[in-house]
Amino acid sequence: MLESKDLTKVFGNKTAVDHVNLKLDAGHIVALLGPNGSGKTTWMKMVTGLIKPSSGSMLFRGEPVGLESRKHIAYMSTEPYFYTWMTVRDVGRYYEDFFEDYSAQKYEALLRKMELDMQMKTKTLSSGMMAKLKIAVTLARNADVYMLDEPFNGIDLLARDEIRASIIEAAGPDKLLILSSHLVEEMETIADQAAFMHSGRLVEKRDLEEMRMTDGVSMTDRYRAIYGHVEG
Amino acid sequence: MDFNPMMPIWLQVVTAIKHDLVCGIIQPGSKLPGGRDLAVKYSINPNTAARVYQELEKEGICETRRGLGTFATGDPDRIEGLRRTMARDAITGFLREMEQLGYSHAESLTLLTEEENAHAGK
Repeated sequence: MLESKDLTKVFGNKTAVDHVNLKLDAGHIVALLGPNGSGKTTWMKMVTGLIKPSSGSMLFRGEPVGLESRKHIAYMSTEPYFYTWMTVRDVGRYYEDFFEDYSAQKYEALLRKMELDMQMKTKTLSSGMMAKLKIAVTLARNADVYMLDEPFNGIDLLARDEIRASIIEAAGPDKLLILSSHLVEEMETIADQAAFMHSGRLVEKRDLEEMRMTDGVSMTDRYRAIYGHVEG
Repeated sequence: MDFNPMMPIWLQVVTAIKHDLVCGIIQPGSKLPGGRDLAVKYSINPNTAARVYQELEKEGICETRRGLGTFATGDPDRIEGLRRTMARDAITGFLREMEQLGYSHAESLTLLTEEENAHAGK
């Protein structure tokens, strides 16, 4: 579904993404892991086409990403991107204008599950409610690829269960979900693959159940093994 | 459900379902949740949920009927067999732990009987 080939992005004198070869197939929930500055967000922004590669390529179904792929790839960034005057309903309409695959029914169902009201003003939402709204409107699209950058940030323990359930429900044999989060444990059981990045490079991509079987380690253990010496 | 993230998740769900079936939490012959619902219920990846049913089917503990869904076995012999297997595993685990504490199997058995009598005497 997605493939980056020798993908590199240089900002000034900093190489944010460094010759990354990564192939991700439909039917998986992939945890994209790495400390701050490891290149996860830059890699995801190249998937959306918002950032152009310095060299190498990012392919969606074998074609370079661009205007066409944007119709099939739903991305939730960490930056706030709603106008303060918007209500929850307006946010849905805004998405409806932008994306052909947006489903008003899905949005309603997701809002109900997350206990958000159409009449609520976005500027009055708590950080947790805002985080849920961003996830709801992203998953309301009938996209092929969903990329969620930090979906658990600012969300309390109980609401995280709802988020996880919504993510599982969005998955399917013809869908690819990519989750990037510092809250590694939250993704432990819902992801089935993990891609570990470090200093712009791909360290490895692992099948998690296979890793548990052969190495007897969790994704969190592997994260500690790879980055422990870095983050101290 | 709290998982041990160092062990395959599918295996832990398989064990949980077998346990529920033996304890009667899952009724013999009853319909089990669909793959997606199972994934949501245990908060696991849908591929892991699919693996759970594949494994249970292979062991004859559940069966998928086309268009109807997945059902737990209604065969009392199979459930009884499962109960024995799980009991055997529990005993093996107990004996292994006792061994680590320095007790022979015979001593473990004596201790077990003594504990049992002490409780009965109360």
